[in-house]
Amino acid sequence: MQPLPPLAWSAPTTIDEVVAALAEGVPGEVRLHAGGTDLVPNLKRGVTSARRLIGLGRVAELQELVDGPADALGVGAAVTLDDLGRDPRVVARWPAVAEAARQVASPQLRRMATLGGNLCLDTRCRFYDQSAFWRGALGGCLKADGDACHVVPTGRKCVAACCADTPAPLIAAGAELELASVRGPRRVHVADFFAGDGARNHTLAPDELLVRVWLPAPAPGTRAGYQRLRRRGAIDFPLLTVAATVVVERDVVRAVTVVVGALGAVPRRLRGLDALAVGRPLDAAVRAAIAAAATRQCHPLDNLGDAAWRQAVVAPLVRRTLEALEPATAPDAASLR
Amino acid sequence: MTIGDRTPNPRAYDAVTGRTRFADDLTFPGMLHARLVRSPHAHARVVAIDAAAALALPGVHAVITAADLPTPFGVIPWTQDEHALAAKARFVGDPVACVAAVDEQTAIRAAALVDVTWEVLPHVLEPAAALAPEAPRVNELAKHGNVTKSVQLAFGDLDAALAGSDAVVAASYDFAGSTHAALEPHCAIGQWDPAGGLTVVSTTQVPHYLHRELARVLELAEDRVRVIQPPLGGGFGGKSEPFGHELCVGKLAMMTGRPVKLRLTREEVFYTHRGRHPMHLDVRLGATRDGRLTGCDLRVLIDGGAYASFGLVTTYYAGQLVTAPLRLSAFRLDTTRAYTNKPPCGPKRGHGSVQPRFAFEVTVDRLAEALDLDPIELRRRNCLEAGERTINEFLVRSTGFRDCLDRVERASDWKRKHRQLPFGRGVGVAGSFYISGTNYPIYPNEMPQSAVQLKVDRSGKVTVFSGACEMGQGVEAMLTAIVCEELGVAPGAVRVVTGDTDLTPVDLGGYSSRTTMMAGNACLRAARDLAARVAEVAGADWRTRPPVEAFRVAEARLGALGAVGSYDTPKDVHGAYRGGTIGASPAYSFTAHVAEVTVDVETGQVRVDRLWVAHDCGRALRPQIVEGQIEGSAYMGLGEALFEEQAFHPSGLHRGPSLLDYGLPTTLDTPDIVAMIVEGGDPEGPYGAKEAGEGPLHPSIPAIANAIHDAVGIRLDALPFSPARVLAALTPRPTGRS
Repeated sequence: MQPLPPLAWSAPTTIDEVVAALAEGVPGEVRLHAGGTDLVPNLKRGVTSARRLIGLGRVAELQELVDGPADALGVGAAVTLDDLGRDPRVVARWPAVAEAARQVASPQLRRMATLGGNLCLDTRCRFYDQSAFWRGALGGCLKADGDACHVVPTGRKCVAACCADTPAPLIAAGAELELASVRGPRRVHVADFFAGDGARNHTLAPDELLVRVWLPAPAPGTRAGYQRLRRRGAIDFPLLTVAATVVVERDVVRAVTVVVGALGAVPRRLRGLDALAVGRPLDAAVRAAIAAAATRQCHPLDNLGDAAWRQAVVAPLVRRTLEALEPATAPDAASLR
Repeated sequence: MTIGDRTPNPRAYDAVTGRTRFADDLTFPGMLHARLVRSPHAHARVVAIDAAAALALPGVHAVITAADLPTPFGVIPWTQDEHALAAKARFVGDPVACVAAVDEQTAIRAAALVDVTWEVLPHVLEPAAALAPEAPRVNELAKHGNVTKSVQLAFGDLDAALAGSDAVVAASYDFAGSTHAALEPHCAIGQWDPAGGLTVVSTTQVPHYLHRELARVLELAEDRVRVIQPPLGGGFGGKSEPFGHELCVGKLAMMTGRPVKLRLTREEVFYTHRGRHPMHLDVRLGATRDGRLTGCDLRVLIDGGAYASFGLVTTYYAGQLVTAPLRLSAFRLDTTRAYTNKPPCGPKRGHGSVQPRFAFEVTVDRLAEALDLDPIELRRRNCLEAGERTINEFLVRSTGFRDCLDRVERASDWKRKHRQLPFGRGVGVAGSFYISGTNYPIYPNEMPQSAVQLKVDRSGKVTVFSGACEMGQGVEAMLTAIVCEELGVAPGAVRVVTGDTDLTPVDLGGYSSRTTMMAGNACLRAARDLAARVAEVAGADWRTRPPVEAFRVAEARLGALGAVGSYDTPKDVHGAYRGGTIGASPAYSFTAHVAEVTVDVETGQVRVDRLWVAHDCGRALRPQIVEGQIEGSAYMGLGEALFEEQAFHPSGLHRGPSLLDYGLPTTLDTPDIVAMIVEGGDPEGPYGAKEAGEGPLHPSIPAIANAIHDAVGIRLDALPFSPARVLAALTPRPTGRS
């Protein structure tokens, strides 16, 4: 078995200890280790480096799901994707989030991998996710050890893609993140957590810990869905993700959110959908109009290969997501009906 | 347990429960770890190597370069065109130096400190460009420019045959390269004993050929070299020739006096490669109105990569192995293997013949369409019969191909599906044949291809010593079944010793589907010889009593009990022309596939719903293992059909040398595979047995291609049938059924 490079390891048991350790560490040398499904192989292949790992497996608070005010649900950052995808509360009220968790990688990996790790997943690009030897042979890239982009040769900004499954449905669900550091806690919407630079696509400060994801209770009449594109039936990172939340009241659309991911660094929330859908039934024509809008607004790059094919599949994937929405049952939905 | 029992392979339990000890599990006192320094350039001369910084790193014991291993090597004696460490790198990943250090991390760090000064040379990645006169010369040890081998052969009057045809289909195909992706990466451990000599433990399918090359390159007498092959985590042809890293651990062990281990990373396995050759194929095939095939014209341009490997044989196989199971009245082949600056290609399951089989079987499907004939019926009208010779003069002593067609036709409900399923769904058929071992060894000699020794003693235990290569395919189970059948002992009383050139007689190795035919026959002969001698002294009715009683009588009367058996191939089954021995085999297996597919016309994604496979292996000595080989072959073909490709960046870099990027089919991508065994018996095989390990792969790719055509009316003539390619072919959508 290929060995890991030499690493110092600590395993704190409280959030305070974790953020203290982060604050002491040299940025770039310290990495958090939860499931390790992405970090460990990347360390072995020299995709990324670290000198010190802080293990999160013993921080009980990070492993819990907690009920919050106004029927919100707080999911600890170290809850595994397998647990998330099976939790009855999540399955009933945030079905797109549960579905996304169930689509990640493979059963073995989902039992290790965590929600926090999925949100903080390093961006991916076929010129970046290679060994140190491979990248060196190509002279590096904007994301690591180089000054050229091999996807957009004239580009000055890294276009590596956010290839995680959970961000799009979390954005569509209006989820918020609870972050901690020695400077104190803060909250941020998932949509605002991401930044449009593939070299570093999120705004987590080097001394910050993602503690919890807050899922707000869905409005009555909410329906949600998630679909993703990949070459194989399992294991592969997504080549496109589509998450939709639609609130339907008396058979007409009151609100609609569609988020498309695995294009660039930030999951893209489609614009102008209200004009197409709100006040109308979610029929074939409306679904087709939203799918056409998605095609106009989404432009996959060669960061993950097969750009033309992925472009062609945007519309059917959006349409299919809208065709297969599931009810997100708010706790008091029955009484409202 | 006897022949035909449905007993599981006993070694399978060890493998799936983690008990098997692979080469990388082995460790020895004082063992060093080695790491190769590889070229980041597709083509570059090594101007200088400065190893001072690496050697200065604490824990580093040695650094070797091309100068330390100057003798060229290669599995085929006529094309020995590579060095363990290159003085000129010919592909990205070509090793140029090797370091040995106290542990693997130190070796990795030291390898990064080896300072190589390069003179970068122009490179060539495509075979057509490599054959142009101005192309850079890839391999100076090649005899003719960038050509490994070129074969032109003609049988019958092709022009007349095509002129007399009612329909002639001409088509061109591009077969993408693919790699073996055995779960276990290559690993070798060298040990030097000044008194005893060199021992190399290695993940090799060919201990004997490795033995010879270690002795030659390291300048040791052959009797001072021992090769041990531990259980393999798969081979599929990717471990069937001597490799530079095996020579390096031998050299480093001799230099340092310490055991030295070198295990490739997954990325390095992609560079080491020796997998399926990319080929461009042009086919013309004719038939009469009543569905009788006439002539076939086959031109193949083969992308060899930087070294010859088995390429000389590949160049013959690419043409020679399409001449059955269907009879041709004329045949012309023109095949050329070119060197390019890419990882060397070699033998992968179905060596050299999977690519032309794809082209041929899709062309037959086109011909059936042109003639408005059912493609199974067209094949049925052209089946070679047992005892017949192919147009290129190979003697086919047994064929169950007609049965194979009947079985898949019935099982798949073909007649109600073909050209009748709704748009988006379809079925396709294809057939093939394959060799049960090569008739001639890789280096010319008159000695047997396989030998077995049996030892029996008063405990009742029978020990089988065989040089055959166990790599999970069931050599041990096969030999055990033969011994049990012949000597009446229980399977638990049989020990099989393989994979050690000090302990076992020579067998040429685990390649070309030769082991059941050759080691099986050798074992059968040894067992029958032993049984005859036991019967002489213990009485003809000795089998009616526990065998140990007879063994005791025999040991008392005859002394130590043992027997040897060996097998060599018949010399009257090949063609009487130059090259007519390559592709000749003692016996041929036959296979037919029907694939059923669903095509998502919006995304281009193809799902294979079911595969029906009927395989004529003569006689299934261990039916469960035969079925496993059928399933594994069909799976591997499916992967090549839909997912896999050795793709390269213009710089020569492999596009994704990892199992994540390369993308083998997962369980969810694998359909139900209905494996059907056809047993007609072959006069040469042990109990009638023929091969089962490679033949069943061949038709899976064309069967899927033909099914896609049946589903949506498109012909996919380039592999893999990726969704991007399928969607592009569907746009604009051709007029088909709706």
